[in-house]
Order: sequence, then structure tokens, then C-alpha cells
Amino acid sequence: MQRYILIRLVQAVVTLLVLSIAVFLSSHLTGDPGLYLLGPDDGLAEYEEMRKNLGLDKPLPVQYAKFLSEVVRGDFGRSHTMNRTAGELLLQAAPATFQLAIAAFILAVIVGVPLGILSAVKRDTIWDTMGKFFAILGIATPSFWIAIMLVLLFGPILGWLPTYGRGGISHFILPAFVLSWASMAGIVRLARSSMLEVLDSEYIKFARIKGLRERVVVYKHALKNAIIPVLTFGGLTLAGLLNGSVVVEVVFAWPGIGRLLLQGINQRDFPVVQATVLAAGAFYIITALLVDILYAYVNPRIRYD
Amino acid sequence: MVSLNITKGRIHQIRNIPRKARQARLPWIPLTIMFVLLVCACFAPLLAPHDPQKISILEAKLAPGENWTYPLGTDVLGQDMLSRLIYGARTSVFISLVALGTGAVVGTALGLIAGFRSGWLDVIIMRASDAALGFPTILVAMIIVTILGAGMENIILAVAVTVWARFARMIRGDVLGIRELDFVISAQIAGVSTAMIIWRHIFPNTINTVMVITSLTIGQVILLEASLSFLGLGLPIGAPAWGIMVAEGRAVVLDIWWLALFPGLAITIVVLAFNFFGDWLRDTLDPKLQRT
Repeated sequence: MQRYILIRLVQAVVTLLVLSIAVFLSSHLTGDPGLYLLGPDDGLAEYEEMRKNLGLDKPLPVQYAKFLSEVVRGDFGRSHTMNRTAGELLLQAAPATFQLAIAAFILAVIVGVPLGILSAVKRDTIWDTMGKFFAILGIATPSFWIAIMLVLLFGPILGWLPTYGRGGISHFILPAFVLSWASMAGIVRLARSSMLEVLDSEYIKFARIKGLRERVVVYKHALKNAIIPVLTFGGLTLAGLLNGSVVVEVVFAWPGIGRLLLQGINQRDFPVVQATVLAAGAFYIITALLVDILYAYVNPRIRYD
Repeated sequence: MVSLNITKGRIHQIRNIPRKARQARLPWIPLTIMFVLLVCACFAPLLAPHDPQKISILEAKLAPGENWTYPLGTDVLGQDMLSRLIYGARTSVFISLVALGTGAVVGTALGLIAGFRSGWLDVIIMRASDAALGFPTILVAMIIVTILGAGMENIILAVAVTVWARFARMIRGDVLGIRELDFVISAQIAGVSTAMIIWRHIFPNTINTVMVITSLTIGQVILLEASLSFLGLGLPIGAPAWGIMVAEGRAVVLDIWWLALFPGLAITIVVLAFNFFGDWLRDTLDPKLQRT
């Protein structure tokens, strides 16, 4: 177990380093940062000075080492367009994204798991059909479109829910649902197939032969075993929610990391892009690491693989 | 003995596929939708009733059904919705197919190599595919677009980078099984070159897997392409692509709701069709592939 954790830990660190190299190089591939920071009247002397100030005259590995040591200390440089450091902007946007991701995660689990279990237990009934339909639609519908349609429906037409910005609980409902629907669909499918598999196993047959009541068989014996793969998938879902949050944050004007990233890209604001990409990537890598360790803990077979 | 049985089983299975495909009920509705989509993509100029970029301010903001010259209505500039949808099919199909094709070819090639020649090459390819599979796709695409700038080729590249790993991984798994089979070993003993063995003896046996993954992935590729277009990272605003049309419709959704409604609906229907078809193909060609 310790060896497994160690290997995964090393892998995670290596992935993080590769990501940081990609991010570091991205600013160099897109052009000379010394050039676009100059004013219109600056000449060659100012250019050389700028390059020197930015450390661009040094060899790449040295520049990378400097970049890395700054990033580790949370220093991503100043935003070109907003009069703040990228680190500040990131810290300001992060809570909004985390709250939204966690709300979506909770929604996906508390709706998805029961729906999947219900689909399996009441197989081939109207419940099963509805569960499948819900899941299939969740995977096929573009989230940006469903977001706009729900905004139209629950905002202007029905007037039930606020449709943009952050605020109370009601502000969470629409974005959290849109963000969670696709992962919810995955959870429904997985919970269903996992439950069906367990219900078909020998020990469940035995529990039935013993004469246990169906409710006890399903909710005490089957559920516990069926839930393990669903929970690991759920963990990865939490990490994957960042993926969807770019689109959702844009549509709902949610002041989070995803919107900050898109803003940074559109304005070619590299410190902001680097900060957000690194933060999102680190979050993903760390969550995946924790999920893997948790999974190895729950399922001993993984450790020996 | 065991390997002989496996060999027999595989040959048996391969021979049976046409019959099995005929026996299974064809998914007619998804097939029809896919056919319509392909026809729209190929013959957009012939099918579209109007020029998708023609601006006629006098006929702007017509609702669907209001004027039968424009059955699905017009947008703020008076451009015909139906024509734009048809041309949008062309853009989506083109970008998605090229991106998926690139990803499939690269991924399959790497999977074949990784599976056949274990060792450090295998380790590198599999680590890279882990990274590509593990990372949120939109984030990867956005990094690529940041580096190379927005545009069609870069969207294609971004999508290809996110899909190749799936092919590499599955194909490698297949190859690990196939390379132990008698006909491969016989070919090796007979002195056939590695490249020839991979091309003539191993690759044909992985085609089923390639087709199944392709059809299961295409829906997601269309969605990814649409999302990137929607975010403004693909073709320029004004181009007839479904994602861009939704983005344009978003600003005026209170006023002219059909502008955002139809392209989104088109994406959903097309993705549904491909997903159903993919499920069907998987069940028909390879019942062993697990649904995940």
C-alpha cells in the first residue's frame, strides 16, 4: 500500500512538472514577451533592458527554474490588463468555482445514485426507462445550450430563479444543475450497471434463499457493494467538473476560474492564463491522486496491480 | 492448446460478424439522422434555400413559420436560419471528422507500436496517453488555442490531442492479446518484418475496436467542437457553425429565441444519433467491450 501511494505520488509530481513546463513554454511559443510589453516609442535599448529585466536574456532552463520557484511561492506576475497580480485574481475567483463544483458534485451524487439504484431495482419498468432517458440526454445535450434554454425558461418566462451572478442558494440551482447533468448521467449509468451486477451475484441469491426481505437484501447487502465503483467515479467527476465549469461560468456570468481563464485567453493576458491553467491542472491532478489512493484503500486488488 | 483454441475462436468470431450484423436489428432512426446529416454536409450549397451569409435587413427577425420563404425564421441580420443550419452541419461534420480521423490514425498507430514493441516506447506512449486521458479536455484545448491562437486547424489539433489516447490504449490492449496468437508467431518464425506483421496480421484484427471507439467518440467530439466554437475559440464570429450560432443567439435569446434553440437542438439530435449508433455497433461487433 505504501509503495503504491509512493508510486502514485511520484507520478503526480512528474505530471505537475510536465504541466508547468508546458505552461512555461506556452508564453515563449506565442511570441517574445519582451516585444509586446514595450511602448510605441521604445527602441532597441529599451528592448534589451526589458529583456534583461524580465530575465529573458538567460538560457531557458534558468528561466524555467526562476518561473518554477516563483510559481511555488504563488507569484504568477502581474496581469497585463487588470491592475492586480494574477495570484490575487486567482484567489478571488477560486471560491466561486469551488462552491459551484461542490454544489454540482453533491447534486450529481444525491440525484444520480438513487436514480441509478432505482433503475436497477425496478429494471425494465417505467422508472428504468426514465432513468436511462435522463442519462442519455445528459450526455448528448451541449451544456452551453441547455444553460441558455434554462435561463430563458426559469428567468424571463417563469420568473422563478435568478439567472446570472453569485448570490444566495437560489443562484446555485441552475448553474449547478447544468454543470452536474453530464456527470450525473454517468453516475446513473454506473450505479445502475454496478447494482445489476451485484444483484446477480451468489451472495445476493443466498440472502434471498435465506428468506430475507427484499428491502434488506437490496439496501443492506447489495447497496454497500454496488456503491464502491460509483464513489470512485464520483471523485473523478468532481475533478472533471472543472472541465464544464468554463462554459457554465460564461453563460451564468459566474465570477470563477473558468471565466477568468477565457478572459485571459481573449485578452492574451499570459500571467492570468498561466495562473488559472496551473491552478486548475494542479487541482485535477491532486484530486485524481486522492481518489486513486482512496480506491486502493477500498479495493485491495488494485494495490498489487 | 489453449492458444490454438483462442485462434480458432477469433477466426470463428470474425467470420460470423456479417451474419450477426444482419441478424441484429439495425438502428434505423440514428442511421437516418446520420444520413441526413451527411447529405446536408456534402450538398449544403444545393440543399440550402438561401445563401447562409446573405444579409437582408428588411427580412430580419422573422419567426419560424412567419414567412415560408424562411421556414425556420431569420436572425438579426435577416440571414436564413435553415440555410445556416445546413451549412453548420457541414462545418461541424468536417471539423469533427478530420479531428477524429487524425486522432484515430495517430492513436491506432501508437497503440499498435506500444502493444507490439513493449519496453520503454510502450511506457512513454502509455504515460502520455494517461496524461491526455486524465486531463480535462476543454482545458487542454484552451491551452492549445492559447499557444497557437484561435482558428479551425487549431480546434482540429486540440480535439485530436484529446482523443488519440483512447485509441492508443484500447488498441494496445488488443495487440497484447493478438501478438501471442499462432499466426503472428508463425509469421515471426517465417521471418516477416515487424512492420509487415503489424500491418498485415495485427492491424486487420483491431479494425473492429477502431470502428467501435470511433463511433462511440464522435458524439463527444461534436460536443467538444461546439463548446470551443461557442467560447469563441474556433471559427470567427459570423461563420455558420452550430456552436457559434448558439453563442450569437444567446445575446438576443429574449427577443428571438429560435436563434439559439435550433442549432442546439441540432447538436443534441446528432449527438444522440451517433451515441445510439455507437452503442449498437459496440453490442454487435464486440459484446465484450464494457459500457463505462
